[in-house]
Amino acid sequence: MPQDHKRIERRAFLKKAGTAGALALGAGWASLAPPNWLFSLRDPDGERGKPRKEVIRLPENGFAVEPSATLPVLGVARGQNLDAMVRASIDAIGGISRFVSSGDIVVIKPNVAFERSAALGATSNPVVLASLIRIVREAGAREIRVADNPIESPESCFQRSGIRQAAVEAGARIYLPTPADFDTLNVPGATWIEEWPFFWRPFIGADKVIGVAPVKDHNLCRASMTTKNWYGLLGGRRNQFHQDIHGIISDLALMMKPTFVLLDGSRVLFRSGPTGGSLADVREGHTIVASTDSLAADAFGWEELLGRGDEELPDYFAQVAARGLGNPDWRSVTIKDRQVG
Amino acid sequence: MNPNKDGSPWYTRTFRITSVRIFTQAFFFSLFMFLLWVTWFSRLQGYPVSLFLEVDPLVGIATALSTHTIYRWLWRGLWVLIPTLLLGRVFCNWMCPYGTLHQFFGWLFNIRNNRNNIDKNRYRGIYQLKYIILTVLLVLAAFGSLQIGLLDPICLLVRTMAITVAPASDLVALNLGEFIADRGGDGRLVSFLSSAPGAPVQRIFTGAWFVGILIIGLVGMNLIIPRFFCRVLCPLGALLGVLSRFSLWRIDRDVTKCTDCDLCLKHCEGASDPQAALRKSECFVCFNCIDDCPEDALSFRLAPVPVKDRIIGKIREGTASLFGKPLRSKIPETEIVAPDMPRRRWVFATITGVLAYPFLRLSAAVNARGFNEKAIRPPGTVEESEFLERCIKCDQCINVCPTNVLQPSTLAEGGFEGLWTPVMNFSVGFCQLNCTLCSEVCPTGAIQKISLEQKIGVAEHEEAGPIKLGTAFFNRGRCLPWSMETPCVVCEEVCPVTPKAIGTYDEEFTRWDGKIVTLNKPYMRPELCIGCGICEHECPVLDDAAVYVTAIGETRSDNRSLLLERRSGNT
Repeated sequence: MPQDHKRIERRAFLKKAGTAGALALGAGWASLAPPNWLFSLRDPDGERGKPRKEVIRLPENGFAVEPSATLPVLGVARGQNLDAMVRASIDAIGGISRFVSSGDIVVIKPNVAFERSAALGATSNPVVLASLIRIVREAGAREIRVADNPIESPESCFQRSGIRQAAVEAGARIYLPTPADFDTLNVPGATWIEEWPFFWRPFIGADKVIGVAPVKDHNLCRASMTTKNWYGLLGGRRNQFHQDIHGIISDLALMMKPTFVLLDGSRVLFRSGPTGGSLADVREGHTIVASTDSLAADAFGWEELLGRGDEELPDYFAQVAARGLGNPDWRSVTIKDRQVG
Repeated sequence: MNPNKDGSPWYTRTFRITSVRIFTQAFFFSLFMFLLWVTWFSRLQGYPVSLFLEVDPLVGIATALSTHTIYRWLWRGLWVLIPTLLLGRVFCNWMCPYGTLHQFFGWLFNIRNNRNNIDKNRYRGIYQLKYIILTVLLVLAAFGSLQIGLLDPICLLVRTMAITVAPASDLVALNLGEFIADRGGDGRLVSFLSSAPGAPVQRIFTGAWFVGILIIGLVGMNLIIPRFFCRVLCPLGALLGVLSRFSLWRIDRDVTKCTDCDLCLKHCEGASDPQAALRKSECFVCFNCIDDCPEDALSFRLAPVPVKDRIIGKIREGTASLFGKPLRSKIPETEIVAPDMPRRRWVFATITGVLAYPFLRLSAAVNARGFNEKAIRPPGTVEESEFLERCIKCDQCINVCPTNVLQPSTLAEGGFEGLWTPVMNFSVGFCQLNCTLCSEVCPTGAIQKISLEQKIGVAEHEEAGPIKLGTAFFNRGRCLPWSMETPCVVCEEVCPVTPKAIGTYDEEFTRWDGKIVTLNKPYMRPELCIGCGICEHECPVLDDAAVYVTAIGETRSDNRSLLLERRSGNT
């Protein structure tokens, strides 16, 4: 029989058949092999395809140091020279060497929520922050990180408030929040933030945490000071928390147990808080408070700085106290109150 | 290094005028990208970020037609105009970043052989279209409707970069940073890739998909017609083409050397017929033809004389000579000065422009009586009809906005005339009180340069009061304290003015489940509201906020005022 068509060559045939076979086998393997086998994509009930949530935790006892029976809980410094006052207030509760050891990585959390100049009292005072950074550095800290997740655009908040310049000049690193910096934090026992996006990156490897918060009126929780300050570490849909503002502040106290806090009473935003916007809303406070008990510091601020001693304390004080996370009766804790300069 | 065949030293191969041109193009393209890159709060530092828009003479001329003024830096258009009058359309192939983009991708994906290239680079009638486009746009501008931004190459490229490429680079920087951080490195090493470093969330832009398809389509057209945009559509190229009839220098063909081989068309960027009568209006002055000519018949010369009338003898009979030298080329013409547009087509284009004005302007969206309530313009923006005389849709304001609130308008907010102009979308961002960046970068004064004092109404602007972008309203049916027995008032917390524009009626309330709650039911004080939209942005009723801003009450328009008395006492 004459050969009137070209027959397929053996080599070409084997190549084609081999490729087709390998593709079929690969597809079959990926779709049918049991889920735990290598290269298997099989997902019979949809469970494998769900996103996996990894949860992180802060240290069990937070960042607090050993409590002391003899040293004061509240260190109050009053006067004109902020730098001396910051030093005096920390010295009053045991000095920086009690809190920061050589080689520590220290996170400092100021309140930089709004794009306001420092004089308007809506943000932490950069002079106070700079003093604090210098003191922490003198104690031998390896790295000092300044971090906040503001409400307005972070770059401009850090810029206009003067926090960026003060922190960088004093030798700290600025951590601005970007979408990659948040992880789900597990806060055992919390009402609202048992699992919630948390501004995690500055805390990677951190040894100590210091809060430095201004004294501000607040439209809903009535006063925003050192405890409310931790709100600035939350991400996600945090604006829902206003539905139980006192509950969330109590959760914040549970979430963050700082090494110590500084209540920055250099300026007091006594109305139109927490944003302010006019110098008429601000008065000089001439006071810096260092404390190992945030709640006591806040109670002090409520009465002595906001001058609202005749009003009942905001609800969150009782809630935090009920969890055993602070003492709202500041007069009952040990205080060292000094006039400086 | 070996010398060339003709004995000239080796470096003349490398240091040709076309190499200088490529270097210049790379420089201007890099400068363009750099200026876009620094258009961000933390990088600004006083760079002239809108430089390319300012030197674009079409922007200067068209806004001069529409506003009868030349705003701020727009006189810089002279920097392009004057070289054009001397050298022709050098801008197109030496400076224009969009031209460079097209040339680069056209070169990269060119699979044609020489014969095909020569055919693709012959002049075609469709290249007239750009002159019709230019005429329509300029006539519209004279009527006060500035639409050049739709197709002006600089506006188009800035806009494309701002709303598609820049956010894409953010995405790359974010993921790469995360990848590095996951492996223990410092993710911020790659933050230089991000066009918005420190932005707390990925920026998003309305209609980015469409602008993206447009750029891919226009660049892709280079595979079919090289330099498609530049040759067919570009109104700036058309303007420079019209002007280049006056240019003193041009490419000149020596008819005693030219053998009509057409090799000069091989890389001709403008399709300007250098092998015959050079079309001055189409020539991009890329110098490729001079490079490609094997006979050395082409040169760039000052005021060359058309030689046709000086040829003695007959070309057909082979007896023609010029100044005693025999003619080798069969084509005696060496120059066509004006664009290839018959007068009747200019008239057609003018009539089209005249008609287009009422077609556009009588659409409801751009008029005071039919405006869209979401056409909320950035602070400092002039009144809408004046805005339409000025805005070139370059979207620099959108690029620089730190909160991402500025978005390119769709047909819904601004009508066709307002397409891609900046409007605010408060579900995406909010207008930050102490920020005036958009007014700084606007090249045409559609957003007038304002000071912070002017924006927030202090110091000498106390009397005028703050600039209001609109007014916020409560939708009590969706508001948690008003309709759901649930405390909230995030809106009051974030309200940035003092005293706050949001007040509350406080009420002890026994809920359905018997719990006693304090409800602070918010209300608006319209005299104080500046329409910044932070309340709408922060409202937890995310999908359709219970407090929302509309354009009514905006300072810039008397037609859209709300309150009889703009401002009550400063209590």
